[in-house]
Amino acid sequence: MAAEKTARRVPPAFFRGMKDGLPICLGYLSVSFTFGMMTTENGLPIWVGVLISMSNFTSAGQFAGTELILSGGMFLEIAVTTFIINIRYMLMSLSLSQKIDPNMTTLERCILSFGNTDEIFAVAMQQRGSVHASYLAGLILTPYLGWTVGTLLGASAAGILPLTVRSALGIAIYGMFIAIIVPPARSVKPVAVTILTAAALSCVFRYTPGLDGVSSGWVIIVCAVIASALSALRYPVDEEEEKQKEHDCGHPEEEAGR
Amino acid sequence: MNYTRILLAILVMALVTYLPRMLPLAIFQKKIQNRFVKSFLAYVPYAVLAAMTFPEILYSTSHLLSAAAGMLVALVLAYFNKGLLNLAPCSSAVVFVTEQGLKWMGML
Repeated sequence: MAAEKTARRVPPAFFRGMKDGLPICLGYLSVSFTFGMMTTENGLPIWVGVLISMSNFTSAGQFAGTELILSGGMFLEIAVTTFIINIRYMLMSLSLSQKIDPNMTTLERCILSFGNTDEIFAVAMQQRGSVHASYLAGLILTPYLGWTVGTLLGASAAGILPLTVRSALGIAIYGMFIAIIVPPARSVKPVAVTILTAAALSCVFRYTPGLDGVSSGWVIIVCAVIASALSALRYPVDEEEEKQKEHDCGHPEEEAGR
Repeated sequence: MNYTRILLAILVMALVTYLPRMLPLAIFQKKIQNRFVKSFLAYVPYAVLAAMTFPEILYSTSHLLSAAAGMLVALVLAYFNKGLLNLAPCSSAVVFVTEQGLKWMGML
């Protein structure tokens, strides 16, 4: 949809976005492949798995929701579980709202927010200056295709792959997360501190008797809010640095030619 | 198989996934000026991903040891900036090899 919108005169930022989305696309192939296998192995027709991937475009939430569909869960149960897992998106979208081009129209915001996945969000946030609609559209398009095609392939190929291969693919999505958070942590100390705090808190929830029953959606949001708040108090973002960034993004051509 | 029920459930899932993504982006159209809030939001991406990854990554495969091996490789490769493209397949490959070893030793 976003592609059609920009078809008349496609800005270079769109292609730059597509290119930046390519690694995410390849990572999504293996994760959605696992999802596709899960759907057909449990007796759902191929198109159902593909429809879920195309309409939800999220990992943890659609895995949990599909399991509830299969186990005969009620609509309310499906809604609440999926929502809790997805609460983090509110935090991420709020964060992204401060990063995108302030002139982005409401319609563009409504369309592009559909593609605000964990990985697309993280890559968008790492851009210099503000993020424009065409770049974001490209950044969403390639991973969306990967997510859909991966589901289709997985749903068609279920049963062919041995358990060992499927087990090995299970780690892929976390490998992606690590690839996104570790490099900036190396050069920016506050980022490293934030990551360590959030990871430590998450471990506390997991290994403390009594707390281990809290659902993962809540754990993520509580850990992220505490870790980000502590870092914000200890390492407030430098106003001057912000101004410098604003200044930098005044040259989109230069950035595009990077 | 009751397709009406499945389709309705998919619609429900899609809505509760889309709304949390769409509402903040549509509502907050102005730049927030508060320095604390700005800093807070700048750290959110890293905090969210870190909380999602650790310690869940250790339970993402068939065995704790294979997952730990895969995680270690991922951390080292990420530290040396090897990029997303190499990282996911490399850690998957290490998990696969480790699990073959565990099988051979009768631990899996």
